[in-house]
Amino acid sequence: MGDLLAVTVDGVLYASWLFIIAAGLTLIYGVMRILNMAHGSLYALGAYAAASLAGAWLRGGHAPMGSYAMLAAAAILVGLVMGPLIERGLLRFCYGKDEVVLVLVTYALFLMLEDAVKLVWGVEAYFVAEPYGLLGSVELGPLSYPVYSGILVLAAVGVGVALLYAVTRTKHGKLLLAVIHDREMSAAMGIDVNRIYLVTFTAGTMLAAIGGALTAPTVSVLPGMGVEVIVLAFAVVVIGGLGSMPGAALGALIVGLVRSAAVHWLPQVELFSIYLVMALVLVFRPRGLFVAAEARKI
Amino acid sequence: MSAGAPPRLWPRLGLALLVTLAVVPFLPKWAAFLVTLALAKGLVALGLLLLMRTGLVSFGQGLYYGIGAYAAGMGASALELGDAVPLVLLGATAAGLVALLLGLLLARYRTIFFAMLSLAFSMIFYGLLVKTSALGSTDGFNVAARSTFGLPTTSPVGRFGVYGLGALVVFVGAASLDRYLRSHLGRLAPAIRDNELRVEYMGASVRNVVHLHLVLAAVLAGAGGALTALAVGHVDPETTYWTTSGEFVFVAILSGTGSVAAPFVGALLLELLRSFAYEHAPNTWQLVVGASMLAVILFLPEGLWSVFRRRRRAA
Repeated sequence: MGDLLAVTVDGVLYASWLFIIAAGLTLIYGVMRILNMAHGSLYALGAYAAASLAGAWLRGGHAPMGSYAMLAAAAILVGLVMGPLIERGLLRFCYGKDEVVLVLVTYALFLMLEDAVKLVWGVEAYFVAEPYGLLGSVELGPLSYPVYSGILVLAAVGVGVALLYAVTRTKHGKLLLAVIHDREMSAAMGIDVNRIYLVTFTAGTMLAAIGGALTAPTVSVLPGMGVEVIVLAFAVVVIGGLGSMPGAALGALIVGLVRSAAVHWLPQVELFSIYLVMALVLVFRPRGLFVAAEARKI
Repeated sequence: MSAGAPPRLWPRLGLALLVTLAVVPFLPKWAAFLVTLALAKGLVALGLLLLMRTGLVSFGQGLYYGIGAYAAGMGASALELGDAVPLVLLGATAAGLVALLLGLLLARYRTIFFAMLSLAFSMIFYGLLVKTSALGSTDGFNVAARSTFGLPTTSPVGRFGVYGLGALVVFVGAASLDRYLRSHLGRLAPAIRDNELRVEYMGASVRNVVHLHLVLAAVLAGAGGALTALAVGHVDPETTYWTTSGEFVFVAILSGTGSVAAPFVGALLLELLRSFAYEHAPNTWQLVVGASMLAVILFLPEGLWSVFRRRRRAA
């Protein structure tokens, strides 16, 4: 019984982390039809920025509780700088190209960002463990969990609710839906599509950076940390259906639970259990769980 | 030969084979090794060329590359095959068989779904390899062929065995693929890329053609993997990781799909660039690769090869 509880809690924690990252990926794809391979690098950038900012804050002798604000500030900073930079500086020249070509463009961007990170931060590992231990831990039956993990779950739920609210309840959300539905027609109706793209990409970048910033205290921040995250986030969004927000949530939950079950009971299959699930889902639902089949155009 | 068709390539490829074989005694050891690697990786990119002409980009060719490498390695250790030739054949066959099986599923997918599913399969294989201690887990294991075409690796000619074999496989692979692309079936590839439904209206089975091309690409990648394993003398799971597959996509994009010779030029360029970058700027190597890939996509959408062709047309 304790086993089952541990698997569920671990799975949900892992799913929260995955959802924050996958939400950004699926948002960008849903609106802009860009499967952003550089998403993992933006995640890594968030982690690096958080480690640097929070590290500087703590070394400066400020109140340790302020390090949480630093994590958030790092994510927002990365989003506001990198989002417009990439969208205005590169992606806008590629709109209208094939989806596969856009994958290749962002793959090239991924390669460049990987090295850019090494140039800025060097190849040494960074640690900021303080925010992780600061809040103590909580007993859950026989198990003990750090309270910090709760923040992760809260952040994931917050991201989900905020996105849902923004898309379904605000004027900008309605405009966004119009652009998703038909880009050209929306432009003809006077919607500033370029601005919507800019905002969307910035928001997606920020989500990746939030994922990274929240992870920074729990791991050693190293070069290459974004490489595996990309393919994990891909698996999540492909399972749920590209561009679908509920799909990303369900996909994250499935992947999180499968992985934690594998880690507890069958550690030898941990690495590929996720991709196995993804392949299985695609066999039966070629476009993922939440996307309807598309009519073929002649 | 119809008026617009480019001339047959095999005489020129044969000439290239002879030149490649003739220069090897004069090459320093590192250069011979580098050319062998370029030939092997060019084979994988050649398979991608076929897929890209069909309108598919695979982010999982590392799967077949890795299967070829591991099949050759296991053939050498478990089956005690000492000669390089059967090992390369084994690698190519194993990869082809796996593609035959996976193709039943993969042939139904297009665009990014094809890319993602092929990536998933290569990552499943990666996960399996990392956890299989009998195959050395993350470390892999050593591979060594005792001879090539019966010539022992210790003999003066046999030293260049893998190099020569690589050149021969590339010649056979490129010449037959060129011949195939001019055949009735081969000409369906661009038609499928442009409009699948119309190809089906004409009475051809798109899925069968795609399946066949998947297998052909896998056979080429498997042969490339086996050659790499023999040249390096080692295999490890990194061969199937998604970044390895990305590198092949890079070579294919860089060189373009204009000619079957293009992937080998691209692969050689990449290997040269890599060996110099590793020495002088190890931390900016990917930056250079990424930037050149962007430049090619934005300014030369048909790859470097199109530069030659444009010039010829202008002349």
